[in-house]
Amino acid sequence: MSQHFGPEEIERGIVALADAIRERSAGAPIALVGIRSRGDEVAQRVCNILAEEDRELAMGVLDISLYRDDYEHLHENPKLQESDIPFAVDGAHIILVDDVLFTGRTIRAALDALSDYGRPAKVELAVLIDRGHREMPIQPDYVGIVLETSRLDHVHVSLEASDGEDKVEVVLKKPA
Amino acid sequence: MPRKDLLDIASLDREEIDLILDQAVPFKELFTRSVKKVPALKGKSVLMLFYEPSTRTHSSFEVAAKRLSADVTNFDVPHSSVVKGESVRETIETLQAMRTDYIVVRHGRSGLPGMIAGMTKASVINAGDGAHAHPTQALLDAFTLKEVFPEGLPGKRVLIIGDILHSRVARSTSTILKRLGVEVAYLGPGSLVPKVGPENTLRFTDYDEAMKWKPDVVYLLRVQMERQDVQFFPSLREYHRVYGVTEERLRRIDGEGLWLMHPGPVNRGVELCDGAMDYSRSLINRQVENGIAVRMAVLYGLKPGGDA
Repeated sequence: MSQHFGPEEIERGIVALADAIRERSAGAPIALVGIRSRGDEVAQRVCNILAEEDRELAMGVLDISLYRDDYEHLHENPKLQESDIPFAVDGAHIILVDDVLFTGRTIRAALDALSDYGRPAKVELAVLIDRGHREMPIQPDYVGIVLETSRLDHVHVSLEASDGEDKVEVVLKKPA
Repeated sequence: MPRKDLLDIASLDREEIDLILDQAVPFKELFTRSVKKVPALKGKSVLMLFYEPSTRTHSSFEVAAKRLSADVTNFDVPHSSVVKGESVRETIETLQAMRTDYIVVRHGRSGLPGMIAGMTKASVINAGDGAHAHPTQALLDAFTLKEVFPEGLPGKRVLIIGDILHSRVARSTSTILKRLGVEVAYLGPGSLVPKVGPENTLRFTDYDEAMKWKPDVVYLLRVQMERQDVQFFPSLREYHRVYGVTEERLRRIDGEGLWLMHPGPVNRGVELCDGAMDYSRSLINRQVENGIAVRMAVLYGLKPGGDA
């Protein structure tokens, strides 16, 4: 059994993120930092919308592979990609961006990674999809789509630039 | 299947080489951050087992391991005493009991790191064994050349100068460079350049002849004062005159825009003249910096454990 979302819902989610960020930041300088992989694409698309108006906007990309808490359980260490934080983190207002928020462990890792670049004035979290089931005290400040799932469901996100199409597939797993 | 040990270049396939070289890029990028350390190997232990003296390789591995948050222990081996195979086994049993995760080993005997790898669950990294291999040197050399030639390595020419016969650096570095499509030639005293080398390796004994081959990079090997080299040529001054980069040769190297490499530490006035130390296309310091990034990528990529 599975459930699908298409390009329209995804685009609506991204626009909703951009609107909420625009409203709350009220033109003050912000920096979007997308978490690899796919968080970077969400961040870029939100950034494209926000960039339509004249404002101070920075964009960065974070790879959190080196900050994970599950090496012991992995068969192979995750493939590293480059991070790119081209602005001064000290004193910045940063909005972390990811595609799916689930356990919160990725965000925990991202916060640790970010703090090794400097000390931001403020860090917020924007996610395209919040699917629930947190294992850490982490909550998003901006959400595009809220998805009701059970713990064992799989949420597969495909995005235009990364995967060729905008699609969300929820594969439902009945607990045994 | 991730690899447990890194013993030589020959046993790596092209995919593994590319992975290490690619992953070294994000590791190098960390060096520009205010915090250069990442928690990837937090709680892991790295044991440095050096039976031969080394300053650079030893500290490079140590910095790499520490930047990955691993704990580093130096297992002091009396350099002067002749270490028998038997006592190496005892040492490894001791280390096994310490539950160390990675062992970085340097030994004068070819193949010893491989023997250790078979006796322990720890990941063993060869930091130089006899005249056999020095795989992390080769990887950092390849990484450095990839940075210098972003257009790609195939068809580039590297001239390696010195005691090719006894050099694990020459062996490992030429193996990896050939794998990556680089053309390699050797220059050195006839007695120190192997007659039976890797295929398609040009051999020169005359400096000017070698330069006519039009290399892009001149790679000087270190004259091993403490090893056998000294007996193969009349004097160090003679070596400098015949095979070293003299002031005069440096001008020509500069004029032709060639890059200069050396695994370090340099014997000034032997492999290189004083002027070469400040040469604008010298990659020697970059080799040192890249060595840390590449060794981080190696430590990160290996997986201790397995069936050993």
